[in-house]
Amino acid sequence: MVGPNLQGGVPPGPGVVDQPRVGVDEWVANVDERREAQRGLTGLVRRGWERVPPAGRLVLLLGPFAVFPFVTNEGNLFRYGLITVIYALLAIGLNVVVGFAGLLDLGYVAFFGFGAYLYGIMASGHSGHHLQVEIAIPIAVVVTALVGLLLGLTSWRLLGDYLAIVTLFFLQAFVIFVNNANGGPSDFAYPFVGRVDLTGGANGLDQIDPLNFFGYHITTTKGYYFYTLISLALLMTMLYFVNKSRTGRAWRALREDPLAAEVMSMPVNRLKLLAFMFGAATAGFTGTIFGAVQSGAFPGDYDVGLLITIYAIVILGGLGSIGGVVIGALVVNGAPELLRSSSNARFLFYGVILLALLVAIRPWYRLVVVLLGTVAFGAIVHAVVVAAWPRGTAGHVQGGGAFGRALDHWVLIPTHVDRIAGWAYFVLILAALVLTLVRGWWRTIALIPTLYLASFVWENKLIEQVSGATRLILLGALLVVIMNVRPAGIFGTSRVEIV
Amino acid sequence: MALLELRDVSRAFGGLQVVNGLDLEVGEGEVVSVIGPNGAGKTTVFNLITGIFRPDSGEIVFEGNTVSGLAPHTITTRGIARTFQTLRLFLNMTVLENVMVATYGHTRASIVESMLQLPRSRREDKEVRKLAEEKLAFFGQRLMGYRWDQPAYSLSYANRRRLEIARAMATGARLLLLDEPAAGMNPVETHEMTELIGKLRDDGGYTILVIEHDMHVVEGISDRVVALDYGVKIAEGSFDEVATNPRVEEAYLGLRKAQTK
Repeated sequence: MVGPNLQGGVPPGPGVVDQPRVGVDEWVANVDERREAQRGLTGLVRRGWERVPPAGRLVLLLGPFAVFPFVTNEGNLFRYGLITVIYALLAIGLNVVVGFAGLLDLGYVAFFGFGAYLYGIMASGHSGHHLQVEIAIPIAVVVTALVGLLLGLTSWRLLGDYLAIVTLFFLQAFVIFVNNANGGPSDFAYPFVGRVDLTGGANGLDQIDPLNFFGYHITTTKGYYFYTLISLALLMTMLYFVNKSRTGRAWRALREDPLAAEVMSMPVNRLKLLAFMFGAATAGFTGTIFGAVQSGAFPGDYDVGLLITIYAIVILGGLGSIGGVVIGALVVNGAPELLRSSSNARFLFYGVILLALLVAIRPWYRLVVVLLGTVAFGAIVHAVVVAAWPRGTAGHVQGGGAFGRALDHWVLIPTHVDRIAGWAYFVLILAALVLTLVRGWWRTIALIPTLYLASFVWENKLIEQVSGATRLILLGALLVVIMNVRPAGIFGTSRVEIV
Repeated sequence: MALLELRDVSRAFGGLQVVNGLDLEVGEGEVVSVIGPNGAGKTTVFNLITGIFRPDSGEIVFEGNTVSGLAPHTITTRGIARTFQTLRLFLNMTVLENVMVATYGHTRASIVESMLQLPRSRREDKEVRKLAEEKLAFFGQRLMGYRWDQPAYSLSYANRRRLEIARAMATGARLLLLDEPAAGMNPVETHEMTELIGKLRDDGGYTILVIEHDMHVVEGISDRVVALDYGVKIAEGSFDEVATNPRVEEAYLGLRKAQTK
């Protein structure tokens, strides 16, 4: 490859070899660009996004949130808006711990609860203290950060799975503690104050004071929404700067390779503690908001379920991506809420299927065969059933506008459907299993009746239960599809492992 | 006075004495090569110097101060930086960031200063960027400009090795420990590495301790060669002296071969 000089003992100097060669240097360096250039639409969107300056990205991400309160009502603002923003705020803190520093912290939600309870103890009708918010919130944040420091110290040398176990234990201990620390006869007598009702036990700590900054009371959902949104924007900005700074770089280095980071002059243990504290402080701060919004803190709000939700947001948005958490929170919190209405759910159902097919089926003509085949198959089945067994199409698709009316002429809706739908569900699962066993054109062909069967089951059975389990099944399917399309998360950059 | 001095340093893993009573001196501005068969304890010596392991006994002195027992990041900040035999870059960070991150020990801006972009943080960031660019520029055409924003994993193997050296330089170290810098390189790249090590000493002013198996490289760069076997120093001197030393031949070729030769 290098030329005749190889045999001569001393190889030629660098001047000779400065042209690009396959497998080295420039060629390798450009691999990403070439791959990117082929990626079509996603590549286009991504390149466009990368051209927007950071401040513009923040506006693009949060701008729609700022408009949202003016186009919706109070209830929707709470469910879709406020909760999403609170989740995003929580996820940003977790992103520092998990996404930047690479620490698997499963006790994160405890800090959220800690913030809420701490604020509640300092300012609520339940505790009888009414400390000023301007003092109570900083205290809550600092104390939560210190608890984060303590937990970090106990797990000084732990990484990965071991850290996960310890922190998960911490979360469980926290939940059990707040469930029991109600000053009851079996409760613990604290030094100095004796036996007091700290958390209200299983009934929760109620009557938490609303936020009140220097006489400006936040009383409406809209007020809380903007307070949280501004906090989120500020935190995202600050984190953007941290990410580019000495500390942010060191955190990412620590995630990549702790030993190399240590040897390259970074105090790894101190950086871990700092990440822990930063995450805890963010969660604690979010907790004070959540406590004030609910005017109460309840043990059930801070359990493993919430932890999984926040993790899903961080992973979906892309580990280590600051903007990603906003999108992640929007999908994870917004999707199930939207799915409460059955016509929304229908669009999502067919959308997810279509998206999955788009991703999974290559080359393109197979996709065309599947789509056209499914439509034709349905039309034929429908026509045959109309002729042979009119009752099979006597029912009607519920709602859905033009799309629903079109479906009416395609999918079978029998009048008494219960038993048939049950069997169809069962057969659908079998068919899905069979699909995983066959290959090539057989799979393409088998997909057609399976898809038709799926929409039959959906229209006849699942759509009625859309507010219950179906919603979560759909959300799960949506997450699976998204993670398949973008394995590193929506905003994540793909990672490579050490080779 | 020697820049780095190992005095009677020993280290065992369980019953295995990996480094045994080793004395080693590296003078200011010297290039010293450590050679020895696999398992001779060369990399362990590096791990002891950089603080990844603590010596069971003995003392490691750098610039007149004892560094044995200090944390690795402290030792690096004092002025000893290393590269790894199996590359350990921060692969998902950009090329420039890989170098910038190594200045951590010499920058001071706290996380709060960075968050609020206070003057010190901004000034340091500028300085660090400039420093990193200087270090990368040291490698001439090989690591120039257009690929500094790319993740380190997109670099070729040889460039990863170069980047690791640039990263070690950015720690502000005076003494570089290079662990097999030419391993896995083709002859052209090996030749370049030989020249680079000379340039590091002459233009960069670094003192270099290097582990290397390629005898052409060792011959080309070394002011002094130290041979180890079973954690013991078996020879020391110029390349020619060590290469012809019967104990070194024995260590590399086995006893009978060495005798029949």
